Amino acid sequence: MRRGIAAIALVSALAVSATACGGDDSGDTGNKSSGELSGTVTWWDTSTVGSEDKVFKKIAEDFTKKHPKVTVKYVNVPFGEAQNKFKNAAQSGSGAPDVIRSEVAWTPEFADLGYLAPLDGTAALKDEDDFLKQAAASTKYNGKTYAAPQVIDSMGIFYNKKIFKEAGVEVPKTIDELKTVSAAIKDKTGKTGLYLRGDDAYWFLSFLYGEGGDLVDAKNKSITVDNEAGVKAMKVVKDLVTSGAAKTDATDGWNNMQTAFKEGKVAMMINGPWAVADTYAGPEFTDKANLGVAPVPAGSAGQGAPQGGHNLAVYAGSKNLDASYAFTEYMTSAETQAQVAKELNLLPTRTSVYSQPGVASNEIVNFFRPVVDKAVERPWIPETGSLFAPLVTEYTKVLTGQTTPEKGAKAAGDAYRKLLKDWK
Amino acid sequence: MAVDTSSQSMAKAAGDVARGRSRGTGKPETKLKRSLSTHWYAWAMVAPVTVVIAVIIGYPLFRGVYLSLTDANERNVARSIGVNEIPATYEFVGLDNYTEALTGDQFLGTLGWTLVWTVACVSVTFVMGLGLANMLNRRIAGRSFYRMLLILPWAVPGFVSVFAWRFLYNQDNGLLNKILAGGGIDAVPWLNDPTWAKFSVIAVNVWLGVPFMMVALLGGLQSIPGELYEAAEMDGASAWQRFRNITLPGLRSVSTTVILLSTIWTFNMFPVIFLLTRGGPGEATQILVTQAYKFAFEISPRDFAQSSTWGVLILVLLMLFAAVYRRVLRKQGEVW
Repeated sequence: MRRGIAAIALVSALAVSATACGGDDSGDTGNKSSGELSGTVTWWDTSTVGSEDKVFKKIAEDFTKKHPKVTVKYVNVPFGEAQNKFKNAAQSGSGAPDVIRSEVAWTPEFADLGYLAPLDGTAALKDEDDFLKQAAASTKYNGKTYAAPQVIDSMGIFYNKKIFKEAGVEVPKTIDELKTVSAAIKDKTGKTGLYLRGDDAYWFLSFLYGEGGDLVDAKNKSITVDNEAGVKAMKVVKDLVTSGAAKTDATDGWNNMQTAFKEGKVAMMINGPWAVADTYAGPEFTDKANLGVAPVPAGSAGQGAPQGGHNLAVYAGSKNLDASYAFTEYMTSAETQAQVAKELNLLPTRTSVYSQPGVASNEIVNFFRPVVDKAVERPWIPETGSLFAPLVTEYTKVLTGQTTPEKGAKAAGDAYRKLLKDWK
Repeated sequence: MAVDTSSQSMAKAAGDVARGRSRGTGKPETKLKRSLSTHWYAWAMVAPVTVVIAVIIGYPLFRGVYLSLTDANERNVARSIGVNEIPATYEFVGLDNYTEALTGDQFLGTLGWTLVWTVACVSVTFVMGLGLANMLNRRIAGRSFYRMLLILPWAVPGFVSVFAWRFLYNQDNGLLNKILAGGGIDAVPWLNDPTWAKFSVIAVNVWLGVPFMMVALLGGLQSIPGELYEAAEMDGASAWQRFRNITLPGLRSVSTTVILLSTIWTFNMFPVIFLLTRGGPGEATQILVTQAYKFAFEISPRDFAQSSTWGVLILVLLMLFAAVYRRVLRKQGEVW
């Protein structure tokens, strides 16, 4: 009897949660027959909480001013969880948003899985020629366009000018200089030179490119992460940590990095435009001029930073496609991008926006624009979004001394070969 | 002994079958009819429960076992996206997944740490729970206050306390390292060093598990008649002798049950590992369930087949453990 009660309780609990889930759906069906857009558009944003999200929320909700019958539901999903959360929702067909801010590497993957609506010929794409070529590249898959580029970015060294002055050092241009600069900073101020994120392999890329390596070579269909350059790059990051030039963490890397840099506990970090708004909120940077940005230090083979960014994509199962297309167009329009660039220092994906007043004079945008031009582009294949999971495991293992650079690079390469069948 | 028991039970089982058959050969239809007409009420009452259990336990279990025999992953399972229905294209591959898991070193490596984790957590939790229960079983001032305080970790939702611990463990900004720094001790890489991370996750799980042990054992202690202790004291038994010869045997039935439960829970303790380290640094604290989760939800393309293979293997391992544990207890004369 007791079991029966438990079972009944369970069933009713399930029923309740099922109805709760049902309520989550954006049930309003858009209606365009009258010529006016209506219904609800749910947008999953992944921008940094506490700084960027406020601006994006406001901009997104302003869409209603143009289309009064459309309700915009803004949801901020932490960047680290968004890829999986969207996949869960998209696969089951319930609870998925109408529009998602999809990182450049996720876009071909989502498209390949059939989760995204093709945008060619819809209202979502306007003035396509205005988009930067690099930004548009990641939105194409199998000859169709699956997203509209929203922002583009790359990475550079963020440094605390005050600490640099105190230590009497210049911005390092190479990794060797980075080590001497870090040592000088430690000597003079007692602070650590660089914060290197150890829980996200994206932060490893500039070192990998610096040694002339790459994750994969899509042209020749070969895996390159475990070649000589890959091993060397692993050695470089390991050496930075063991020599004390850099500090790292295996968990909570983003928060620890931002806290340490904002409070002036470390002098440098490698980061991108998406971190600027949050960094300015720190006590060390109440005077914005204290933040310096410089290109990532060069490795033995040169200097290279990854090209990244975000696209807006429309869920294929959206019940309100027309409003979603219009929303995507609005969020990637020149007008919106100019506002975002001015308020958040994020880089526009439209050529025309760079010459607009307020954007043309923005220091961060001006710094990153040539960096983005030179940035290393990843191959936009569906598997690109899958390359980080195996790499971050090995990267963290190398940094925490659980494996050697050679073994770590090899294990990552082996995982890639399992992922990309028939590749060398 | 073991042979005896098994042969006895086999004989008993055989007898059951024989009896069943002999009855069945008579008039099966009338028997069914009779049982329906006399017990229809019971059947009707049981039916909803049976259906519910079949749906919420049976179906996922069957489906998991089936998926483990296929090559299902994110790219080939059925998907319904709005109006588009994409049919499933995965294939039956037999026991390939099992051979791969059992011959590769990933499963065995993870199993090794899972066993260390389980044994360490259960034994430390049990010893601490027993100690605290004994202390709180005495008449001391503020006893109910202490009891309440010690149950607190249990009352806080698990994920809340794990997140709190995560903040405490933070290498630069965590409270633990700040306290250590006050004593002039260097910062400890609680979650950043593989060995420390192992220690840290075990410590949190012990912290979470002690209240349950303590409450269960306290209940057991209170059911031991006080006269036994009095008599032993009269006979001049020392405190240790009383503990060894009265308390421990008196707690037997309770402790065997809590150890079994605790082992099964700890073996599958997903939230502590997942929320504290996500199995890291690297894979240092990855236990079987968190790794199975990683296969199904974190890597891409999501490998549903491998994940369910690991799930089935976990089930088999725990069933084996329970069977062996039961047999050992029965050998020692415990009726369970």
